[in-house]
This record gives sequence, structure tokens and C-alpha cells, in this order.
Amino acid sequence: MDFDSLTFHEVTRNFGRRRALNRVSLTCRAGEIVALLGPNGAGKSTLLSIAATLLTPSAGAVRYGDRTARTGGSQLRARIGFLAHDLFVYPELSAAENLLFFARLHGLADAERDVDAALAQAGLQDRRDDPAVSFSRGMRQRLAIERALLHRPRLVLLDEPFTGLDDAAVAATRARLSSLRESGCIVLLTTHDLEIVEHLADRAVVLSGGRLSAVDAGGTSLRERYRQAASS
Amino acid sequence: MTFLRVVWLVMRKDLLVELRSREIVYTTMFFAVSCVLVFAFGFVREGQPMEDVGAGILWIAVAFSGTLALGRAFERERQSETLRALLLAPVDRPALYIAKLLGVLVLLAAVEVIIVPLVALLFQAPLFRHLAMLLALLAAGTIGFTAVGTLFGAMLARARSRDVLLPVLLYPITVPVIIAGVRGTSALLQADPDPAVARAWLSLLVSFDVVFITLALWTFEPVMTD
Repeated sequence: MDFDSLTFHEVTRNFGRRRALNRVSLTCRAGEIVALLGPNGAGKSTLLSIAATLLTPSAGAVRYGDRTARTGGSQLRARIGFLAHDLFVYPELSAAENLLFFARLHGLADAERDVDAALAQAGLQDRRDDPAVSFSRGMRQRLAIERALLHRPRLVLLDEPFTGLDDAAVAATRARLSSLRESGCIVLLTTHDLEIVEHLADRAVVLSGGRLSAVDAGGTSLRERYRQAASS
Repeated sequence: MTFLRVVWLVMRKDLLVELRSREIVYTTMFFAVSCVLVFAFGFVREGQPMEDVGAGILWIAVAFSGTLALGRAFERERQSETLRALLLAPVDRPALYIAKLLGVLVLLAAVEVIIVPLVALLFQAPLFRHLAMLLALLAAGTIGFTAVGTLFGAMLARARSRDVLLPVLLYPITVPVIIAGVRGTSALLQADPDPAVARAWLSLLVSFDVVFITLALWTFEPVMTD
């Protein structure tokens, strides 16, 4: 299956008495990078988990084109790439084994070649057989980004993709995200590194206290506009 | 991707991870052997074991070490939230359940290879007299115990009090497995063995396995979604 938009319609999510998301509506389109900003605990990761079909909304609906998570099932999950705050990497397995496991789980026809390409993209060819537990946070982050993108997803959900990355890796990841946009992916990412996404994201939205608001386009710096949106 | 292919991929990954760390097999085996030895100090006097205790001690060791293995198997998936990565994969989610179940079963089979001869030795229990029936009872009982435990282990993987909750939920439901296993094994250890009674308890265990594996396959996807 394929789709060209991700739509949250009045999405609410409660955890017991706590309301993490409050009637959030947002549409992200193919070929667009949307930055989801907000303070810690604002509900950004919850929104990404809902988009990844790992959580269901307490109220409201999420649509992938004209499908829902229920009607899309495993075919929909095959088109989603998710980098979570926890990296979804087995520390005992090597970089190549981690990627190969997920490549095979996604049924990639030429898993070995795809893994080689992903390791090259992550700059981990020379560490391919080393266990992930021996990697630095930045190396594990690069590995996890490639794991999320290995199956060429349409919808790319990235929770703090720049965490732990050095300058070179940040530049490479920015370039990677630009190429994803050009290839027609829907990219929704959360970050606190506003300077990094300033000229990368097509638009930014702010989640604060579970409520979503748009960040004004153009003019002052993203950080300044984010402050205004968060305080309003 | 076929159901069996997913089962194979996930189970092979689990066993590869265990082969690297050897954490579960060593801790579970150490725990099971310690359990049998402690009971041996209590129930063996002047080289003579109390009558008919071997079967009970064997199944207690299986149940306790099984609980430990189940907890650790899902703790491993929790540490890097890899359980969520498995749930996000475009595969039949019940295949993940079967894979985890088989992975734990392989580890428990390794533990049983050690503790069955140990119980036979320390409690002078003629466990090998009806070896085929004993193996059938152990297999059916371990499958039943692990079938329930795998479902609860997965459900509780992200619960804060999972270490306490797993046995609290698991033992009441698996009491029939333990009773059937003990009674079936006891029937084989008597001075005058009664294979017909053992077969009846085996039938109960097989019925338990069919019911609970079916229930787990049916409920695994909905309980794992949130």
C-alpha cells in the first residue's frame, strides 16, 4: 500500500488521569519535513508513537492517505520507519546483525546488499562486526537511523534524530533528510536542536501541554518564533 | 513473509543474543540446581529421601526457573525497547509470540537436561524407568507453563512492577500444569508404576496447552497494541 499524507484529526491520548495529547490536528504531506517542537513532556513522543501505530488514540483518528492503522495492518507498518528515543538496537548483536535481522523481518529481497549500503551510509563499515554495546551513543544513533530507513519507508518518524551526533554526522543526517524529502517521503521529526532544523524543515509546529500550535513562517529565527508560539 | 519464517528469524535472533550473553541459561540453571540442592538438604536424611518428593521438587524447580527465564527474556527486549521494533515490523504479531515461546522452551529444555538426572540422583527417583512418558509430561507441562508465561511476560514488559506481577499472575493460572505434572510424574515413580494415570494427566496437560496457546495467539495482538 502507499499513501501521500498523514493526518491527525482531533487526536487525544490519555494515560490514566493525565492527558498527554489534547485534540491534536495536523496534516503532513509527501515531500515535506515537519518539525515537531516542544518542551520535555509535551507529548511529542506520544504523537510519534501513535503515528507509528504503537499506541492508539483515546479519541480522534489518524489516517494514512485514506487508510487507518486498523485497515492498513502489516502493509501499513511496512511503509513506516520509526526512530524512537530508545534506539531499538540489540546491544549483543553486531551492527550488521542488527540491520540484517530487521531487513529480513521486513522481507527485503536483497537484505545483505541493503545492509552493506546502510552501513556505508552510517559510516560503520569498519565496525560492522562489532557488538552495538561497544558503540558510542552517536554511533548507535547512526545505526538506529539506518535501521529505521532500511526498508525505504514512505512515512519517516524521527524522535530526536540528532542526539549524540557529531558535526559531521549531523551534516550527513541533514543531507539524508533532504534526500528523503526529494524522494517523496513524509518526514515528521521532533528535536530541541532548533538551529539544525531551521533551514531543513518546511514548517514547524509546537506541542505544549498536549496542545498543538503552528509556528509562524519566516521573519525572525526559528528559536524566536518557537518561543512566541510556545508562550502564546 | 510466512508465519514460520518470522518465527524462525525471531527465535534465531533470541538464541544468538543468548549465546553471546549466556545470561539466562546460566542464571536459570544455577537457580534450578540450587533449588534442587536446597530441597535435598531438607528432604534427604541419612541418604534416604522422603517418599514421593522427587516429582514435586522436579516441577517446582521447572516452575521457578521458568519464571526467571521468562522475566529475563522480556527484560532484554525492554532495555532498548526492541519489543516495540518487533511490533512495528510488518509481520503477523502472533508469530512473535510463538518465536518468544520457542526461545524460552529451548532454554528450559537445557535446564531440564541438567535437573532431571540431578533429581534422579539426589532423591533416588527412578525417573528413567518410563523415559518416554516422563519426557512427554515434561514437554507438555513446560509448554503449558511457558505459553501462559510468555503472554504475561510480553504484557508486563513495560510495567513498573513486572518482576512482582509476573509470578503473581502466572502461578494461579498454571496451578493445573504443576498439579498435573507432579501427579503424572508421581504415578511413574511409585514402586508399582501406573502409566495409565500418567497418561490421563498428560491428556490434561495437552488440553491445557491447546487451550492456552490458542487463547494467547488470539489475544497477543490486541494486548500488545497499547
